[in-house]
Amino acid sequence: MNAWANIKAVIKRELGGYFTSPIAYVFLVIYLLLAGFFTFTVGSFFERGEASLVSFFTWHPWLYLFLVPAVGMRLWSEERRLGTMELLLTMPITTWQAIVGKFLASWLFLALALALTFPVIFTVNWLGDPDNGVIFAGYIGSLFLAGSYLAVSCMTSAMTRNQVISFIVSVVICLFLILAGYAPVTDLLSRFASPRVVDVIAAFSVMTHFEGFQRGVLDLRDFVFFLSVIGFTLFATGVIIRNHRAG
Amino acid sequence: MIKVENLVKAFGNKLAVNDVSFTVERGEVLGFLGPNGAGKSTTMRMVTGFIPPTSGKITVGGHDIVEEPLRAKRLFGYLPENAPGYADMTVEGFLNFTAELRGLHGSARRDAVGRAVELCFLQNVLYQDIDTLSKGYKHRTCLAQSLIHDPDILIMDEPTDGLDPNQKFEVRNLIKRMGQNKAIIFSTHILEEVEAVCSRVIIIDRGRIVANGTPQELKARSPEGRLDDVFRAITLPDTVRH
Repeated sequence: MNAWANIKAVIKRELGGYFTSPIAYVFLVIYLLLAGFFTFTVGSFFERGEASLVSFFTWHPWLYLFLVPAVGMRLWSEERRLGTMELLLTMPITTWQAIVGKFLASWLFLALALALTFPVIFTVNWLGDPDNGVIFAGYIGSLFLAGSYLAVSCMTSAMTRNQVISFIVSVVICLFLILAGYAPVTDLLSRFASPRVVDVIAAFSVMTHFEGFQRGVLDLRDFVFFLSVIGFTLFATGVIIRNHRAG
Repeated sequence: MIKVENLVKAFGNKLAVNDVSFTVERGEVLGFLGPNGAGKSTTMRMVTGFIPPTSGKITVGGHDIVEEPLRAKRLFGYLPENAPGYADMTVEGFLNFTAELRGLHGSARRDAVGRAVELCFLQNVLYQDIDTLSKGYKHRTCLAQSLIHDPDILIMDEPTDGLDPNQKFEVRNLIKRMGQNKAIIFSTHILEEVEAVCSRVIIIDRGRIVANGTPQELKARSPEGRLDDVFRAITLPDTVRH
């Protein structure tokens, strides 16, 4: 009915909150600097002599590990600290609308940050003749990767009124999502466990599913994975908020 | 317009609210009186649907707050304890946001915000961030939010807390004026306020209603006709061990 109007109002408020405070600008500058640093210096973009953005996307799971929880940590913990949660949730709006609105606002913000990396596309196109389809798939994957981390931070921020705790717990969970499929860790695991077990554990990792996107493959299963992570953690957010209110 | 029946809230094995029942009709101003920790805020949080009751039934304008929360929530305005507000928003941005959640858009929203700003004397701080406001202004901003859709029902948790004497006077007059055609519940621990504003008083102590009547009826219970004496006689200070 007017669910979308409510969600839109929440999105508008949250996005406004980023840009009226220095958070947005600090985040964007640091994100772009680090993305550039990893791509060109650590990832040796030029030395590779390849017309691709492999050295750009490879770093995203690690870059987001710290930056996305920084964006998501305040979503609910700030509401709890200020007491505005009581105000928001006694308005004619459902908890779901508030959760989805907050999540979408932050995701849009991350999408904007990602979009601002566009000079790297021009650079690689100017220097060589890359497959722009692969680059496009990489961007889609990166967006869903950021969304998954964000949904995790959304959940941890509902657990506490302390933003620092919310940040740290979120980083640890996201780190697990990386390491479960990170090659050095899976190699180590395969010494003790059967390949089947290692595969099952790796299936929970964002690395496994982000890889396909980096190679330019848009696989439905990878979308399903990222969307399930987002869906599950947002659902958990709702449960945590309900339990908090019930006392 | 508000009907509360046998309301109970337990936190662990402690009963914060114990079998509370009351009704408020249009044209009534119900004062909720009680020592700190008596269960006033908990009751209001349940009536506004923020926390679910352990048992009991609450209807607001005929809608059950647990079964049909959105229909019920449209009908009231709520001023929570300590008047929270989004620190990073301006007063105007905050009021626009709450108006939108109340389903007001375009010129209807502008009119509503303008009216609330006038009613709560916020013209001077309209473009100021909420975290830079003095306590009085912050309080009035949250009050303005509760009035923005001109609700039939108002629920206010300590609406005059932290205000200076002039502001207290203004807010009391506002409540009294609005009480003529709205149903209002407000909590306080200032006894003079009750006499000045309320048409009916409920005194609540340790989760239970210990008195319910007009201010005159309650005053008549004391030989000197003072509400203070009645209050002290029927409630226990929290310094007493129980």
